[in-house]
Amino acid sequence: MGTAPKTAAPAAGRAATKKELPEHFKAYKHVWVFIEQERGQVHPVSWELMGAGRKLADKLKVDLAAVVIGPEGEATQSAAAESFCYGADLVYMVADHLLADYRNESYTKALTDVVNTYKPEILLLGATTLGRDLAGSVATTLLTGLTADCTELDVDADGSLAATRPTFGGSLLCTIYTLNYRPQMATVRPRVMPMPERVVRPVGRVVNHPLGLVEDDIVTKVLSFLPDRDSAKSNLAYADVVVAGGLGLGSPENFQLVRQLATVLGAEYGCSRPLVQKGWVTSDRQIGQTGKTIRPKLYIAAGISGAIQHRVGVEGADLIVAINTDRNAPIFDFAHMGIVTDAIRLLPALTAAFRARLSPHSRDRIAS
Amino acid sequence: MHIVVCIKQVPDSAQIRVHPVTNTIMRQGVPTIINPYDLFALEAALELRDQFGGEVTVLTMGPPSAEDSLRKALTFGADRAVLLTDRFFAGADTLATTYALATAIRKISTEFGAPDLVFTGKQTIDGDTAQVGPGIAKRLGLLQLTYVAKISALDLTARTIDAERRSEGGVQLLRTRLPCLVTMLEATNQIRRGAMADALRAARAPIVKWSAQDAGVEDISKCGLRGSPTIVKRVFAPVARSEKAELIEGGEQPAEALIDAILKRQPALETELAALARGY
Repeated sequence: MGTAPKTAAPAAGRAATKKELPEHFKAYKHVWVFIEQERGQVHPVSWELMGAGRKLADKLKVDLAAVVIGPEGEATQSAAAESFCYGADLVYMVADHLLADYRNESYTKALTDVVNTYKPEILLLGATTLGRDLAGSVATTLLTGLTADCTELDVDADGSLAATRPTFGGSLLCTIYTLNYRPQMATVRPRVMPMPERVVRPVGRVVNHPLGLVEDDIVTKVLSFLPDRDSAKSNLAYADVVVAGGLGLGSPENFQLVRQLATVLGAEYGCSRPLVQKGWVTSDRQIGQTGKTIRPKLYIAAGISGAIQHRVGVEGADLIVAINTDRNAPIFDFAHMGIVTDAIRLLPALTAAFRARLSPHSRDRIAS
Repeated sequence: MHIVVCIKQVPDSAQIRVHPVTNTIMRQGVPTIINPYDLFALEAALELRDQFGGEVTVLTMGPPSAEDSLRKALTFGADRAVLLTDRFFAGADTLATTYALATAIRKISTEFGAPDLVFTGKQTIDGDTAQVGPGIAKRLGLLQLTYVAKISALDLTARTIDAERRSEGGVQLLRTRLPCLVTMLEATNQIRRGAMADALRAARAPIVKWSAQDAGVEDISKCGLRGSPTIVKRVFAPVARSEKAELIEGGEQPAEALIDAILKRQPALETELAALARGY
């Protein structure tokens, strides 16, 4: 601590913990979103983040920039053009054939260089395998703060990013600040933020930045890429209807009741964390803070108590129907509709009734 | 070959309770475990050691009681355990944590030999950030392979490692150079039971205990709360939805009536469900 006399007593609350932002960070302005593309496809989480970033930028009265990193060519150009349709004021682009595949070394260099050159105050990335790999490296290189898996982003009165995320294994929420370092970095999982509306807009200002690497500089080589088989892919995060089960099902055999209802509804199925920990269901089906976040039109939760870590993964659903024997279960605090009964008995009845209701015969009835 | 495995002792999250009034975690009596994700890293390291020879050093930063987790790791067959413990490390966020762990790994390097590989779990179950692995790699200038499903080849002569890395929409087969940091994906192996001889050895094995100074920390202001760029401003429980759920006694209603009640709330749903169901 310095010895200079204090000019004023620190105010109460958060100001008391806040030192003046160091001079060299004051040039850091504007909100950035890293546009994640892998093999020519932009991950939808990038557009979701553009929606969140737009709100932050408007509140701060600054620009929203998209950072597009990828190989030279049509896919990267198109990602840049799309960024304007999702609200970008400008695009920073690093396009180089060495960026065709995601590799930590080359992408870390590209993103770190652009940040050091153009100095954003906020940098958002998707909490995907790519985004988390990259964000950890970039934040450590920049020696700044990084808040993972945020469920809410806001700016407070003095313009600081307030990043809220579940903590303690998802039992509580906490709001985290990066006070004296820039940029303030945060990652957000897919589907946590709503998809903003795409508005057709012309391509605006694109600032190109060189990668400054040759292939020999990059140690890691991609030997091959094995795309997931379509049948192995679960569309859980982006499904319109989801049926999930929890410990209330009592046994692994009863989980098929969840799958049967899901099949009749053309829905995806999922589960709460304990079922994955018990090995009843594979981890790609886990819904919640450490699994998938979902935003379906209808979510049916059977025998799930509703711990916070599950809650943050399903709160974006339009209609949550919870089935639980315990009328005091926390899931009834955030469900729209609760059915107090044993899911093991109700699920087969619901499956049969939905099957009858959605049969071709009754579809004709609806159409007429 | 020398492999360092970073592990963390965490509260068993299934047993965490929140004080209903103060919204603080009730730590009393909550059992601690080795972060479950770290066990996949430890087993992967032990398998490589068994195959190629060498030593596995487990490293953790935590309170003195974290010694329990290190002893547990020794019973699984780790060769050496290092506990980094000092009040200066308290309150560290991920950046300050990686500073401390990277410093300790440098010290391990000079004391016990430079590691060819550093392993961590994919993430912890209490922090869930997945940032510490990449952070350690960056600070030590190691190459990194995250979300590794399988180490398919290791060539100690050519100093290369091939690994299958889970990425969005597929698996990347990557080749990189040693030394390298690997974060292991869950469900990629099954931690061994540990031999009786290891259990007996673990009970009496000396644990290397380092303070910040012992580990060679030069700048204490980069540790713990002081070295953390992020601060937790507020911890709170989420509020219940203002409109309480409509509760139906399911036992008294036929399923058809329940479906009516569901669809009444969202009339457009029925046609969409019919369309979705048709897809099957």
